[in-house]
Amino acid sequence: MTSPSKDKPALSRRGFLSAAGASSVALPLVAEAATKPSTGRSIAAPKPPDPAQVTLRVNGTEHPLSLDVRTTLLDALRERIGLMGTKKGCDHGQCGACTVHVDGKRVLSCLTLAVMVADRPVTTIEGLARPDGRLHPMQQAFIDRDAFQCGYCTPGQIMSAIACINEGHAKTDAPIREYMSGNLCRCAAYPNIVAAVKQARDLMEG
Amino acid sequence: MRPFTYERVSNLDALRARGGDGTKASRAFVAGGTTLFDLMKLDVMRPDSVIDINPLSASDLGGIQASERGLRLGALVRMAEAADDPHITHDYPVIAQSLTLAASPQIRNMASLGGNVLQRTRCHYFRDPSWANCNKRNPGSGCAALEGMNRIHAVLGASDDCIATYPGDFAQALIALDAVVEIQGRSGRRTLAFEKLHRAPSDTPQIETVLEPGDLITAFMIPATAASRRSAYLKIRDRESYEFALASAAVALDLADGSVRDARIALGGVATKPWRAREAERALIGKKLDEEAARRSGEIAFAGATPREHNVFKIALGRETVARALLRVAQMEV
Repeated sequence: MTSPSKDKPALSRRGFLSAAGASSVALPLVAEAATKPSTGRSIAAPKPPDPAQVTLRVNGTEHPLSLDVRTTLLDALRERIGLMGTKKGCDHGQCGACTVHVDGKRVLSCLTLAVMVADRPVTTIEGLARPDGRLHPMQQAFIDRDAFQCGYCTPGQIMSAIACINEGHAKTDAPIREYMSGNLCRCAAYPNIVAAVKQARDLMEG
Repeated sequence: MRPFTYERVSNLDALRARGGDGTKASRAFVAGGTTLFDLMKLDVMRPDSVIDINPLSASDLGGIQASERGLRLGALVRMAEAADDPHITHDYPVIAQSLTLAASPQIRNMASLGGNVLQRTRCHYFRDPSWANCNKRNPGSGCAALEGMNRIHAVLGASDDCIATYPGDFAQALIALDAVVEIQGRSGRRTLAFEKLHRAPSDTPQIETVLEPGDLITAFMIPATAASRRSAYLKIRDRESYEFALASAAVALDLADGSVRDARIALGGVATKPWRAREAERALIGKKLDEEAARRSGEIAFAGATPREHNVFKIALGRETVARALLRVAQMEV
């Protein structure tokens, strides 16, 4: 795993965890892979395919990458580009934590191959605030309405909530609940999420 | 995921001599990827080659055409696009509702209609390769669901080799409206009654459709009939949204002077394939659609049901679902 290549502060929580994780986890995994015998299940493993050269357009910035074609958009964002805001929850399209926008539509980045969205505009949670740091109305609404506890599902909730309004599915509480049902919240902050969506809707449509 | 080669095709000619269902022929088409990549991560589907057909959206595979005679839905139209189309919501409500009540908004933005009808069962034993015995995943290995946790499994169309439920919703709307599926094969395009696309498991549950290697679904054609506008989809599930059906009914009716001239009933969540309940339909013809007739029809629909230990409840639930759907559709103002 490569660490994010963005300009780094002296020491951040994320930078510390990332570095600590790399040093303590990577070595045992390598050792295990080298010594563990094959599990015996018949794997007619074809040779790993040649990497694909793709350019991802994320939040207005182009990222030329050399990728194993198996790389999901989620893993490319987090592990190759260093945008950790998009979260990996179930990794099977059941929780919505990985929701991003592609061509302006909300999709699940865990079930999207990065090569399939090459050259198409991708927006993540990091792309919402203005350059001066002012938050998107939906981000502000989630803070104002206390629409999270642990925060893990929040980036996906916010990306979904913005799409929900853009799609015209946020007129009343019932459609908001229905059209936010693809984003699970284990802390059950649902009532406050509905309140946040309504607050942001009035500002976004106002 | 195991390694695979990825290729993108931009025209149908390039597809000749390619393709497959991903389980056996080791080549898989991908549009939305919501089933394929999920099952590849689980090591249930293992294609050597993945062929991205999304560029074909620029052809008739990507369009919705509505005329007085009927509706043509390109196979690469996304679920959300069809669900929100005003022609479909107004003239074919059962189609729009079956799509809106399925999956999540994100998945509906991704999943194509062609891929939707080919989605694989949610049987736990099929989806988890740590279970050796699954005749669908590993032919001849047995069926862990027969004596296992079979609450979500089928009570109609099951065999001694497989009781996995067909999980979709859209397919029920298609068979209720006598849809036709258009297929691009190696020797050109052909059409088939949609009802004939899926196969009951019998003793070959690994073969789910009549598609041949290389076949690609290109479109669905739905005839406009008196019944298509008076139609609805009722879906009963463990939670209110973003869940598969325990029982569902796609119903369409043509009523004349209060009595039934034509009735269509298709069942989901209870059968091994999209299930047309023709006997239950016939029992309604010429009758006034009241509560008694609706309940009678529901009973007939499940007359041949074969429950297992944990899914007996689906018979009562299914009967009730049919009856309620019929009454709702009878009361629609069209």
